[in-house]
Amino acid sequence: MLRKKRNAPEVNAGSMADIAFLLLIFFLVTTTTKIDQGISRVLPPKLEANTKPPKIERRNIFKVEINQNDELLVQEQPMELKELRKKAIQFLDNGAINCLYCQGEKAPASSENPEKAVISIVNHWQTSYKMYTAIQNELVAAYTFLWNREAKILYNTSYQELANQYDKKKAMPELRLNLKKKMETVRERFPERISEAEPKR
Amino acid sequence: MKLLKRNKKDGSPTISTASLPDIVFMLLFFFMVSTVTRKDTIMVSNNLPKADQIEVLGKRDPIMYIYVGVPSSRYNYAGSQTTIQLNDRFSKIEDIPAFIMSERSKKDEQLHNQMITALKIVEQTKMGIVTEVKKQLREMNALKINYITKKGNMISSF
Repeated sequence: MLRKKRNAPEVNAGSMADIAFLLLIFFLVTTTTKIDQGISRVLPPKLEANTKPPKIERRNIFKVEINQNDELLVQEQPMELKELRKKAIQFLDNGAINCLYCQGEKAPASSENPEKAVISIVNHWQTSYKMYTAIQNELVAAYTFLWNREAKILYNTSYQELANQYDKKKAMPELRLNLKKKMETVRERFPERISEAEPKR
Repeated sequence: MKLLKRNKKDGSPTISTASLPDIVFMLLFFFMVSTVTRKDTIMVSNNLPKADQIEVLGKRDPIMYIYVGVPSSRYNYAGSQTTIQLNDRFSKIEDIPAFIMSERSKKDEQLHNQMITALKIVEQTKMGIVTEVKKQLREMNALKINYITKKGNMISSF
């Protein structure tokens, strides 16, 4: 009897940790927690039949054209991509008429005020998607720059900070509502108006 | 002398490592549960453009994916033209409305307006096909879209 008891040895669990670590490291390495990210846009709603396009004065349109060779034509003039952001800001921020918060140069040939300013993108059928997203990116950047500036003046934070807070504070609906109001006030100062025309063939 | 010896023996006890596997297993399960596995196998080349003004799509947002690109070499029976991939199938532009309907039917009705269409489009794609896709989305009233990009500086890539 005594002998038998002695012969039942304990299994050494010391290596268990090693095995578990190995598995852990395998999962750590192989899994990709890839979160999708990109430029968010909202398409214009479907047009009802017989709607007339609104009349927009020539000076209030910022025309961005891209041809089949991915060359950029802004306000009828060729331009480098890296200048686009600056030029768009200049156009939106011009504020020649009725704009107290604009800091632009109030040029008579440029936009009257941000509410009336429209950016119009005209693609070619053969334009590359790469160029298109680059332009979208620059125009979004122009608006974000202006929103950040206004948020700084109004609430002493950046617009992006407001948006971040809005995303984070899901548990506090009152605070969120407040943040949303602030974001809307900022956005109303420079409403995002980007129109896309039917591409040229 | 005797007292000192005993003290020495008691002073260095071995730490029990018996609970270590449990802790590691807990971590392991956490990682296994929290990681997202890809739903679709991407059958088109996947070279996305770069941008820096990007928003992150949340894990819980209702997202439908549309891929556009050249079929990758494994699937070259589909040709070498730019094609659209919906779910796990190469599709035509006319299939998009049916795809959106089926994706919507999986979600609550209140969420239908909030559904985001994530467009994973290869950077070499021509705008013609992109415009066609967008036209279909407008037609279906799926207005929230997101051009999926990589994070980076796009100006330097031109």
